[in-house]
Amino acid sequence: MSVIYVLLTISIVVAILFFVAFILAVKNGQFDDSYTPSVRMLFEDELVKKESTTSEQVHEAFNGNN
Amino acid sequence: MNETTCFHCGDVCEEQVIQLEEKSFCCFGCKTVYELFSENDLVCYYDLETSPGAIPKEIEGKYDFLTQRNIIDKLLEFNDDAIQIVTLYIPHIHCSSCIWILENLHKLSTQITASQVNFGKKTVRITYNATTFSLKEVVLLLSKIGYEPYISLEDYSTGKSKINRSLIYKLGIAGFSFGNVMFLSFPEYFQVSGFWIEQYKIVFRWLMFAFSLPVVFYAAQDYFISAYKGLRAKFLNIDVPIALGILVLFVRSSVEIIFDLGTGFFDSLTGLVFFLLLGKFFQQKTYTFLSFERDYKSYFPIAVTKILKGKETPIQVYDIKKGDRLLIRNEELIPVDGILINGNATIDYSFVTGESETVQKQSGDKVFAGGKQTSGSIEIEAVKSVEQSYLTQLWSNDVFEKNKEESFTTLTNAISKHFTITVLSIAVLATSFWLIIDASKAMNVFTAVLIIACPCAIALAAPFTFGNLLRIFGKLKFYVKNASVLEQLASINTIIFDKTGTITSNKKSTASYEGEQLTTDESALLKSTLRGSNHPLSRTLYDILDAQNIVTLDHFEEHIGKGMTASYHENKIKVGAATFVGHQEETKVLNTTVHISANNTYKGKYTFYNSYRKGLAKLFNNLKKNFDLAILSGDNEGERENLKKLLPAKTKLIFNQKPNDKLEYIQYHQAEGAKVLMVGDGLNDAGALAQSDVGIALSENVNVFSPACDAILDASKFNQLDQYINASKSAIKIIKWSFVLSFIYNSIGLYFAITGQLAPVIAAILMPLSSISIVVFTTVCTSILGRKLT
Repeated sequence: MSVIYVLLTISIVVAILFFVAFILAVKNGQFDDSYTPSVRMLFEDELVKKESTTSEQVHEAFNGNN
Repeated sequence: MNETTCFHCGDVCEEQVIQLEEKSFCCFGCKTVYELFSENDLVCYYDLETSPGAIPKEIEGKYDFLTQRNIIDKLLEFNDDAIQIVTLYIPHIHCSSCIWILENLHKLSTQITASQVNFGKKTVRITYNATTFSLKEVVLLLSKIGYEPYISLEDYSTGKSKINRSLIYKLGIAGFSFGNVMFLSFPEYFQVSGFWIEQYKIVFRWLMFAFSLPVVFYAAQDYFISAYKGLRAKFLNIDVPIALGILVLFVRSSVEIIFDLGTGFFDSLTGLVFFLLLGKFFQQKTYTFLSFERDYKSYFPIAVTKILKGKETPIQVYDIKKGDRLLIRNEELIPVDGILINGNATIDYSFVTGESETVQKQSGDKVFAGGKQTSGSIEIEAVKSVEQSYLTQLWSNDVFEKNKEESFTTLTNAISKHFTITVLSIAVLATSFWLIIDASKAMNVFTAVLIIACPCAIALAAPFTFGNLLRIFGKLKFYVKNASVLEQLASINTIIFDKTGTITSNKKSTASYEGEQLTTDESALLKSTLRGSNHPLSRTLYDILDAQNIVTLDHFEEHIGKGMTASYHENKIKVGAATFVGHQEETKVLNTTVHISANNTYKGKYTFYNSYRKGLAKLFNNLKKNFDLAILSGDNEGERENLKKLLPAKTKLIFNQKPNDKLEYIQYHQAEGAKVLMVGDGLNDAGALAQSDVGIALSENVNVFSPACDAILDASKFNQLDQYINASKSAIKIIKWSFVLSFIYNSIGLYFAITGQLAPVIAAILMPLSSISIVVFTTVCTSILGRKLT
């Protein structure tokens, strides 16, 4: 058994893993809205900066209680 | 003058300024929202964008229908007893602050567990606790903070729509297989001769075969289906040679590896399908925030309040029967034709006609479906059901069932007919030739011709040209539904315009002043006087006049139906009807006028005109050389003379057209062979827009509704309509040149094929090369074309 079979198997398995990840991402609707997430990811920083009195952990605990 | 703007909504504070924490607000509504946000630690809302808010509207009782079980069930996306999920369309979503506040709704109400905004679609998906909270409370909460959702009859009728993601899946599979097959075929490209390749080539080949299976049987299935449909309809569309090429590629490659004759063309096969799908994907430019399919259902409410024996109950609009008493609240739409029973009816028919001036109605008058009540509540008695109303009847016309795309032969399909026949004859000729010379090569040549002639480049030319042009137009605020519309637009020879709201601007009117020049003091006094009046003409004139120092009047009196008097220091002013200001009226007055006198001497008058859009005359003059022009108006002939002066002489002017007349007029011209472009705006043009070859809806604000159409044009770009049409024509030329280019590639390929020398590596180089060069050529050309547009 040559090493080429091992390499082929590994490369194809890796490729298929990524392919499955892509299909799952599409299925979960990750490609449906390509704009909002780009805005959303910038929010957290400003939030923490503004709310200097409450740390993020406290903030989350507060949400959790609700 | 320094104007104070509202901290919440950004409007100019005109009537009052409310101060709170050193911030000014234009009304109590805005202040309340601010207080609500600051109490809940949400003032970050104002840091992301300045003045992002909207004034919360009065909605008392408007959403009572959301307590009805059957209506709620239609709206909810998910519902078990504990949790409900709803997706609401909120027109006000416009900036990052909106996203932020709507995704922090859980801080305003503990019952809301999650909310997620889709900015493109302007929707928010809210998950809430159903045991202690209700849909109505969600809607009321959103309305309270100025984000009133828009719930229309369409939500009720269509239910939940499924998103079609199959093209992305197919593209993913084709791309995945293409990449892998490419790697696997490398060893044989470089002819690593000898023992090594002999030992492993079988593994490589069968792996390629395995990768190509999903491409042929899943990713490419649309081409087989379309080719089959085309053949059954006795029509050789572009998909016929493509499907034939894919099939021949696959069969020949499989045969080659089974009998160990060669590598096969799996690389070309997967690459071909990948590029074709890429073209399809590129062409599929969708504007998620626009809808091209709207009918009256998107405008109409789901429910309306019915009055029965003094009791108010919400009722589904389809359940309205003749004779029902309905309560229409302020800002609500009248869903059926009816008779006004009581109340002060000021109805805005701008949805229907595009005319924004409101119409006053007295008790006993007829009111038509589609009008919006704008001053307090009224009661009407229904005289028809929803489907039978004057406006909605239009949709029973067959034209709304027709699919415009199907009845249109695209340039690509037109050329593919000749192409397919030519390729097949070449294949047959070459095969017969080789049968005589060397029969063993005949089959090889036959398949090689079909493979190399597969019109990948031809099939890509149109999608990439139009796809790119769609994007360029989109940036210039001309939103086209799909590529075939652009192709139709290039073939137009007749253009028909609606009048009200289309060639006239919605900003009611312009006024011109005739008479003695007013002094600065008098102008200031005039503006201040107008400010105090609520009469529509005063409001319009106030907006038209230049900004002045607003003075506090010493004396102000309004005489209803006549005019007003005011004084400041020693200056007195009278504004109003001619007789009121003490002026002898000319005998014949066609236009609305407002007269002014200061200190008892007559000064002059303001005359109001229908205001036409900027550049209208120029646009018509540019268009008249190449197109037949006509104006179809639902109005009376009042503006005929004015339009005659403004527009080229051969423009046809037709007045008093009902919605159905417009449709028939277009049908008549189409029967005579005209290719009609209709430009309209209101719901009354919907029939004409659907009947025409290309229907363009003009919109002052593309986020507001426009009727079903093929393209939406922002009103500010109206005067550039001719440029867009010319650009579409140039696009057709670009496509024709790409065809020439791809024929050159095909000829080179055919040389290899006919002489029987088509090696897989040549096919693998030639096919992507032709595809990519076509893509580059069309993209560069359309970008140059786009740069010329403004």
